[in-house]
Amino acid sequence: MDRADIDSRIRSLIEPFNKKGVEITENTSFAGDLEFDSLTVMDFVAAIEDEFDIIISMNQQAEIETYGQLIDAVHKLQNG
Amino acid sequence: MSEGISQSDRPVTHDAEKGDLFSKFDPLIKQREDLLESGVEDPFNLVMERVLSPTQAICNGRETILLGTYNYMGMTFDPDVVAAGKQALSDYGSGTTGSRVLNGTYQGHKECEEALKAFYGMDHAMVFSTGYQANLGIISTIAGKGDYIVLDIDSHASIWDGCSLGNAEIVPFKHNDIDAMEKRLRRIPEEAGKLVVLEGVYSMLGDIAPLKEMIAVAKKYDAMVLVDEAHSMGFIGENGRGVAEAQGVIDDVDFVIGTFSKSVGTVGGFCVSNHPKFEIMRLVCRPYVFTASLPPSVVATAATSIRKLMHNADKRKHLWDNSQRLHAGLKERGFTLGTEEAQSAIVAVIMPDLEKGAAMWEALLKEGLYVNLARPPATPANMTLLRCSLCAEHSEEQVGTILDMFERAGKTVGII
Repeated sequence: MDRADIDSRIRSLIEPFNKKGVEITENTSFAGDLEFDSLTVMDFVAAIEDEFDIIISMNQQAEIETYGQLIDAVHKLQNG
Repeated sequence: MSEGISQSDRPVTHDAEKGDLFSKFDPLIKQREDLLESGVEDPFNLVMERVLSPTQAICNGRETILLGTYNYMGMTFDPDVVAAGKQALSDYGSGTTGSRVLNGTYQGHKECEEALKAFYGMDHAMVFSTGYQANLGIISTIAGKGDYIVLDIDSHASIWDGCSLGNAEIVPFKHNDIDAMEKRLRRIPEEAGKLVVLEGVYSMLGDIAPLKEMIAVAKKYDAMVLVDEAHSMGFIGENGRGVAEAQGVIDDVDFVIGTFSKSVGTVGGFCVSNHPKFEIMRLVCRPYVFTASLPPSVVATAATSIRKLMHNADKRKHLWDNSQRLHAGLKERGFTLGTEEAQSAIVAVIMPDLEKGAAMWEALLKEGLYVNLARPPATPANMTLLRCSLCAEHSEEQVGTILDMFERAGKTVGII
């Protein structure tokens, strides 16, 4: 799966969590812009993990601050 | 999860603003000031001026029924337990001034470990200075770099901190969700070492885990299993060994973690295990090695208490009766509770919000009842809870009094 495919799938996954309808760019941050709290993060990560059949450990999550970084991480996990 | 005052169980990173190193705590300082300005007695600054019994104390000048102490079996004033502590204090002095692996292992520490081995019917027992350190030490030591820890999202702070201290990959799953746990285990590389961490009773809502199913799944994926039975020791399971025993799966648990600060009635923590190489933990587990051991009086009280807890069927039954009576009575009066039926000796009353919760807590204190106020972010789903933990020494009459107090306070605050 290429990066653009992953991007479009995650874009649809994020919708129910993006309650304020924030515009999503590569630099959109989960804590700052999207205001995800820890419970939302857990549910969102679980949705991505199920979609791509991967694990994003908390150690890896700690390195992911922006939407672009998430796409990169999932892309890498998919092809790792 | 824990009663962690105003912190979440998972470690929080505070954003630094300008100012000094304390600036990051400003929002919390403000929230606390606002709460106190509303005139509430400080829920986190209560002083027990005198303790009359396991169920009664003088708090802030008032005679108060204690319903939030985790002193489940009421062993704190047991005459045999107190006598053993006094004797050890006279015979061995006030402290060991040393690590267990240097000069800190006394006869009493060995006797305490023997009592635990007998209580759990296991080959090895290791006593730590607190329950927190038992989780911190065992989890951070056995799961290393490249290994995976799969744990419930509502785990206690000591479990999360054990994860933080070690180098394993941390993979949480939704609370008590067997399917979510299995999915994660399935996705972990087959050759990687795996540790599943569960609790018998989750202390926030007082609900129990489906250990039978979860442990079967863990074993299917060759994971080792650690179960924290802090809130079940002494009264859940035929021999009081906890939820794993009650569900018939204790033989599949690789490590049971427990504490002396609840049913045992003193302070300290432990891990029991049948693993043939378990004793090496004493040399490699840093929170065990680099801490002074428990004072002789503490291990003497613990050992005596543990041995007495092995023969306590009547007290266990009374504790269960108390828990069921309180649960049913609160439900009948219109309170929303954390579980449908009483699953443990913890009954959690769900408050509509923090303001009402704090007001209710204070109204109960003025009635002469102490419960725990648990609030976000320490709580699941950001709930505000009044957590009640029952004691085998609460009389039937006291439980009736407690229900009356809840009814009056609930009406005053406008919750029921």
